[in-house]
Order: sequence, then C-alpha cells, then structure tokens
Amino acid sequence: MLELKNIRFGAEAEGRAVEIIRDISLTINDSKFVVITGPNGGGKSTLAKLIAGIEQPTSGQILFNGTDITNMSITDRARLGIGFAFQQPVRFKGLTVLDLLRIAAGKTLTVSEACQYLSEVGLCAKDYISREVNASLSGGELKRIEIATVLARNVKLAVFDEPEAGIDLWSFKNLIRIFEEMRKSDSDRTVIVISHQERILNIADEIIVLTDGCVSKHGPKEEILPEIIGSSFAKGACPKIEEGDSENA
Amino acid sequence: MPKMDAVQLQLLKEVADLHDVPEGAYNLRANGKSVGRNTTANIDITTKTEGSGIDIHIKDGTKNESVHIPVVLSESGLKETVYNDFFVGENCDVLIVAGCGIDNCGTQDSEHDGIHRFFIGKNSRIRYVEKHYGSGDGSGKRILDPVTEVHMEEGSTMEMEMVQIKGVDSTHRSTIAELKADAKLIIRERLMTHGQQEAASVYKVTLDGDGSSADVVSRSVARDSSYQKLDLCIIGNGACSGHTECDSIIMDKGRILAVPSLEANNIDAALVHEAAIGKIAGEQLIKLMTLGLTEAEAEEQIINGFLK
Repeated sequence: MLELKNIRFGAEAEGRAVEIIRDISLTINDSKFVVITGPNGGGKSTLAKLIAGIEQPTSGQILFNGTDITNMSITDRARLGIGFAFQQPVRFKGLTVLDLLRIAAGKTLTVSEACQYLSEVGLCAKDYISREVNASLSGGELKRIEIATVLARNVKLAVFDEPEAGIDLWSFKNLIRIFEEMRKSDSDRTVIVISHQERILNIADEIIVLTDGCVSKHGPKEEILPEIIGSSFAKGACPKIEEGDSENA
Repeated sequence: MPKMDAVQLQLLKEVADLHDVPEGAYNLRANGKSVGRNTTANIDITTKTEGSGIDIHIKDGTKNESVHIPVVLSESGLKETVYNDFFVGENCDVLIVAGCGIDNCGTQDSEHDGIHRFFIGKNSRIRYVEKHYGSGDGSGKRILDPVTEVHMEEGSTMEMEMVQIKGVDSTHRSTIAELKADAKLIIRERLMTHGQQEAASVYKVTLDGDGSSADVVSRSVARDSSYQKLDLCIIGNGACSGHTECDSIIMDKGRILAVPSLEANNIDAALVHEAAIGKIAGEQLIKLMTLGLTEAEAEEQIINGFLK
C-alpha cells in the first residue's frame, strides 16, 4: 500500500517560488491499476517523481507498505520494490538492451530470460538484445525497452510517467496491449500510470485527477471516467487508429 | 611457455588476453629481451640487425592467421625504444595483437616506446589490437609513448583497436596513416586516465587515393585530476570520405582538450567531424538508480559501457 500524507512540493520558476503539489493525501491499495490524469501543468509527473524519490517533497510523508520512505534515496526505494519508467527514456552510449535488462533484474540474466521481457513488450529479442540503448533506437522502441526494464525488476509498485508520450501510432496500439496484459496478469503488482489517453484510462481500476497540484477527483473508473471523457486530459486516440480498430473488430 | 614470473604473466593476460602460448606466430618480449618466438610457413619474424626490434613478414595470400607481439616490463627503471615493422603482402587476412604492460614497483620511471610501422599490400585486410596497461605501486612512473605508422596500398583495409584503460602514468601516442585508392581505415580508441595521469593522442590520417575512407572514433574518460589531449586530423587529398569522432566524459577534476581538424584538398573530399565532452548526464545516473544501483555503481556501469 502506498500512502501520501499532506505532500507539498515547491520549486522556483522564473525567479519566483511556485507550489506545484499542494497538500496531496491519497492511498493506493495493493494490486490496483491506477491512472493519474489531469490538465497539463497539474503536477502529475512531479507526483510520480516524488513517489520514486527523484524529487523530495517540501513537506509531508510518503509511506510504502507501512515504511516511511520520505527521506529514502532513489536506490533504496528501488530496492524496496518501486519501479519507475521515464516519460523520456534515457539513452546510453555503449550499454546494450541486455546490459540494461541485467542491471534491472539485478542478476545475470540468461539471454532467453531477457528475451522473455522483450517479447512481453512486443519486441523481437534477437533484433534488440545486443543493440545499444542509444539514438539509433526510435522513440517507440525506447519506450518499450523502458517498460521492459521495469518488468524485469519484478517490482511491487510500478510507476509509468506518460508512456504514450513521443511514440508513433503503431507503437501506441502495442502499448495499450502491454498495459491491458499487465492489468490482466495475476501478479500482485500495483501499477500507477500517468496518462491522458482514454484507452489507458479505460484499463484502470481507479482514476485520480490532478488539477493545480491538488486531487480534484479520485474514485473507481466507472465513476470518474464518464465525468472527464472528452476533456483534454481524457483524449481519444487518433481517429485513424479508432477507425482501424473498428475495421478489425 | 617461456619462463616468466607471475607479474609478467598477469601483464600478458591484461594486454593480450593470453593465458598461454598463442597459436600461430608470436614474439614475446619481457624486460627488454625476446623470451619466446614462433614463426609459421607464412609469417616470419626476424630480429633487426640494426637497432632494437623485429621485422614481421607476412606472405601474399596469408589468411586466417594471427601474430602476437606482446611486451611486458616488470623491472623498475627500464627504458626502451623498439622498432617493429610489419610487411604485409597482398590479399592477406590477418589478426595482429600487440600491447604493452608495465609493472613498476620501484622508484625509477619505466618506459616502453614501441614504434610500429605497417606496410599493407593490395587488398589485404588487417585487424590490429593494441592494449596498454600499467600496474605496481612504486613511485616510478609508467610511461608509454607509442608511434604507429600505417601505409596502405590500394583496396586494403585496416581495423585498429587501441585500448588504454588503466595504470599508465604518461602516454603520448601518435598514429599516422596514408591511404591509397579504395583503402579503408577504421580506428576505435578507448582511453581512460585517472590520478595525475596525462595522455595525448594524436592522429593524422591522409586520404590520398580516390575511394579511400577513414573512420576514427575515440572514446575517453578523464577522472580525478588527469588530463587528456585528443588531436584527430584527417586530410582529404582525393575523392574520399573521412569521419572523426571524439566522445569524452570528464569526472572529478579531469580535463580534456579535443582538437579536431579536417583538411580538404579535393572538391570530392567529404569530411565530417564530431566532438563532445561532458560529464555523465544526471538522468543516466537517476535511471540506473531507479533500477536499484547506488550512484557509484551507476557511474561504473555507465563508464564500463561507454568504454566497452
């Protein structure tokens, strides 16, 4: 269980102090698939980073399975079982996909084990396993490798920051499939996804809407989704994709 | 195996990945003397009659053979300059492994300067691997100033892998290459300096023939208070293509001077240079920390990958 208690986070922008997260308290129960949405600039990515330890709250407390992790480092939180997928996956000159998956798994993965993680994100392992995680990979490929690194860690809580950002249409459809599979799997992993996409919101057990650094709505998908559908933060996919899907149906 | 002590054997392992006598032709040099040699039907190694060093003659059409010429120094205060000349015939495909390991536990400086000259015949393909390594906790410096000269005939190819990762206090490496038509040179240099070390690496590649090409890529890391100067120059005198890349990471108080230069003397010469120096990106460290590594472990992984 993840508990956020009176979390505040401020930063300086253009010479003046700005409060990005204003007193957020919420509880996310185990095994839930939670999507956090809301208007741009509402504090969603900051909240994700606060959970992973990349940012430190100005005040408040974060508890993970009863342990106070507020002052814990990124590394210690990772070792407790918190995973984080970046909105803009990081590139590494020289490190291969296999290297990254091995670091993520924290052990010497066999090539076939690594392949398992890659096939879960729809990548053909033999084409990717020895590729460098550098600029030669497309945005969609990087995104899926990023997700594979989180899967390889076998975490208790996985946080995905806007997984749909910067990917092509074809990759988007695969991405939805990956999250649908994640939702269906019987693992007790809790998943938090920051997203604007209706199709990702549709997979959720719970939806949280963040507006101006505050939780403006939080509840079961069935309750929240109808209220926000069609807004800028519950967008439909590209019309072409929807069209293609209805043709395939 | 020739008689070598444990330190020398360790150096041999570091510079040539050798645990035992290599297959094929070899010349092992330890503390200024040749301690073992083997020649084959196609590859002959002879001691120079004047000065110190060896001549390596590779017959036309020699394929899938290798030559190892590692050097180890474990005696403090030893300074030597060795001239090794490689005469490679036409249509060959050969691996050459050189390298020098110095262990200096004493107070005097130890220095090995290997002057390697390659004369590569038409349509031959050479893969050359050179590793430099230093160890020992004496106050005497470990110095390596290698010079590599490459003369490439038409249609020949040379791939050079130059590695110096650890323990060499001072190095000034100089690599000069001249390429005739359709010759192709690929250089991959990996360099890491630490402590107070200083390293200079100078390349001058002249593309004389039409259709010749060079790709010179240097990746380096300067840690602690070390200093590097990387000077990569390509001169295009024909309808040729050349690319150089200097990619460096600085850490601690490390300093790097990258001096790229291109000179085009022919309208059809296409030359490109890329250079980048910077510290490890914060987001790279953060990404690996979210995978459970400490900051120091993350740094190590990034450096190892970068220099792999």
